[in-house]
Amino acid sequence: MAKVMFKRPAALTDKQFHYCPGCTHGIIHRLVAEVIDEMGIRDHTVGVCPVGCSVFAYDYFNMDMFQAAHGRAPAVATGIKRTLPDRMVFTYQGDGDLASIGTAEIVHAAARGEKITTVFVNNAVYGMTGGQMAPTTLPGQKTTTTPKGREKEAAGLPVKISEMLSTLDGAVYVARVSVHDPKHITQAKKAIRKAFEVQQAGLGFSLVEVLSTCPTNWGLSPKESLKWLADNMLPYYPLGVYKEPAEVK
Amino acid sequence: MSKVLMKGNEAIGEGAIRAGCRHFFGYPITPQSELPHYLAKRMPEVGGVFLQAESETSSINMVYGAAGTGFRVLTSSSSPGLSLMQEGISYLAGAELPCVIVNVMRGGPGLGSIAPAQSDYFQAVKGGGHGDYKLIVLAPASVQEIIDLMQVAFDLGDKYRTPVMLVGDGILGQMMEPVELADEVTLPEITAKPWAAGGLKGRETPNIINSLYIVPEDCEKLNHRLFAKYEAIATEETRWEEYRLADAEIVLTGFGTAARIAKSVVDKARAEGIKAGLIRPITLWPFPSKVYAKAAEQAQRFLCVEMSMGQMIEDVKLAVNGKKPVHFYGRSGGMVPLAKDVLAEVKKIMAGGDE
Repeated sequence: MAKVMFKRPAALTDKQFHYCPGCTHGIIHRLVAEVIDEMGIRDHTVGVCPVGCSVFAYDYFNMDMFQAAHGRAPAVATGIKRTLPDRMVFTYQGDGDLASIGTAEIVHAAARGEKITTVFVNNAVYGMTGGQMAPTTLPGQKTTTTPKGREKEAAGLPVKISEMLSTLDGAVYVARVSVHDPKHITQAKKAIRKAFEVQQAGLGFSLVEVLSTCPTNWGLSPKESLKWLADNMLPYYPLGVYKEPAEVK
Repeated sequence: MSKVLMKGNEAIGEGAIRAGCRHFFGYPITPQSELPHYLAKRMPEVGGVFLQAESETSSINMVYGAAGTGFRVLTSSSSPGLSLMQEGISYLAGAELPCVIVNVMRGGPGLGSIAPAQSDYFQAVKGGGHGDYKLIVLAPASVQEIIDLMQVAFDLGDKYRTPVMLVGDGILGQMMEPVELADEVTLPEITAKPWAAGGLKGRETPNIINSLYIVPEDCEKLNHRLFAKYEAIATEETRWEEYRLADAEIVLTGFGTAARIAKSVVDKARAEGIKAGLIRPITLWPFPSKVYAKAAEQAQRFLCVEMSMGQMIEDVKLAVNGKKPVHFYGRSGGMVPLAKDVLAEVKKIMAGGDE
């Protein structure tokens, strides 16, 4: 008898992703969907997608979804959670959305200990608008708005979101993971699961920062991008659990 | 029913609760602060949620989330705060989410003053945010009318799936008047919202709250759908008050506090033998244009009284359509027109002194 070993999670629709070849958004969508399936929460989960490359995530996640204004997903998620406290609510946001235009919303959602989960995808560049500098762009990294590479004097240094948010009492689970190889993908999934469990237990705000690739705007092949992430992003953005409540350790 | 003395800002809060609203998101700003103070105490009493947001930008997006799950939700602010909310209001209009937004207006532009004004008329009725959209805009002129119109605001929002704005000013917000209130707080019947995205809960097809239509043809279709809805609202929901209009030779007009002052001037003018009347739009959008057009058949002149440099007057002129002269008297920046000055203006106009 043939046995199905691998299939699309129920939490993903059959709509084809629009992401560029080698972009890791697809992997991260899948991880979130698998966690939702495994926890059996699809029926009472509501997702909020951002402005940026993942703006169409509402077409891919097979559940009730919101599309939020640029950077405002944590505020929208707050509105959802405060009307329906028994629902699982997550935001899915890129680095431009969360770490630039949406810093106030993410900081205060975390500070309030809002019982939501944020999946923060950091690929060190603006994707959809054409490869501009993001707050997370590395020093020296070339983008369309830093043609000579990001210079500290002109553009400052990258924002380290996980480190920053973990200083807030309301943020109870904060982890940075990566998806550049299978081992790290497995670890990333565990972190996402934990973040959802923290929400389910009503412990407070949880966030998983996922280091991701952008072959198109990095000007690299998909394979080169994975290596570039490992060589350049990992040293600047150390992986690990920055905050973890005793209840889920 | 009991008669109680209430402040305008508190009446907004109590009116919302009576209308079945149990969620408020807002950021402090003068001169509407009594409203959040009231709701911070009152919402927990009725099992509701009061949340002080980090900014007006966040409050309006919390409203977007709460409205999208199908709940009646309120936010309130004053002029500069409303400027910050415009992005979110455009999204609410695009995603067709019902909610009530209150603007207790103060003097502008910029940080302006904290005194009462009406200079956000354009922002409220012409679309302060980006894109083609309209809000239903209600303008009460008394504390009782605030209570009554809060119910109307939530009902119309749900009926048409549209954000509704209620505009007042610092005077209306701060003054106390007796209001009739039912002794019991009862939850009104609220329309079912099968479009709400509060989790599948057994439903097969996901609901999506969204204002993105990446294909231009689809985005144009959205605009056509919105404007068909706006046309229905204009036909069905236009509200206004007429006062001593039938034989009026000069028609005073204004909304909210300015209309109350104008109304008192109508009586004063009549006492001096000038046939004055009043049109007070209660919905600023949809604007009661037909009432002005009809009045223009017999009245000789119009005088628009506003607490601004003249904003509603543009709609009055469009409605009168050149048939009769439309004069203007306004104070701005937080200054309030005095009845005696408006009366002097009426006399000057009727003596032909403003030709």
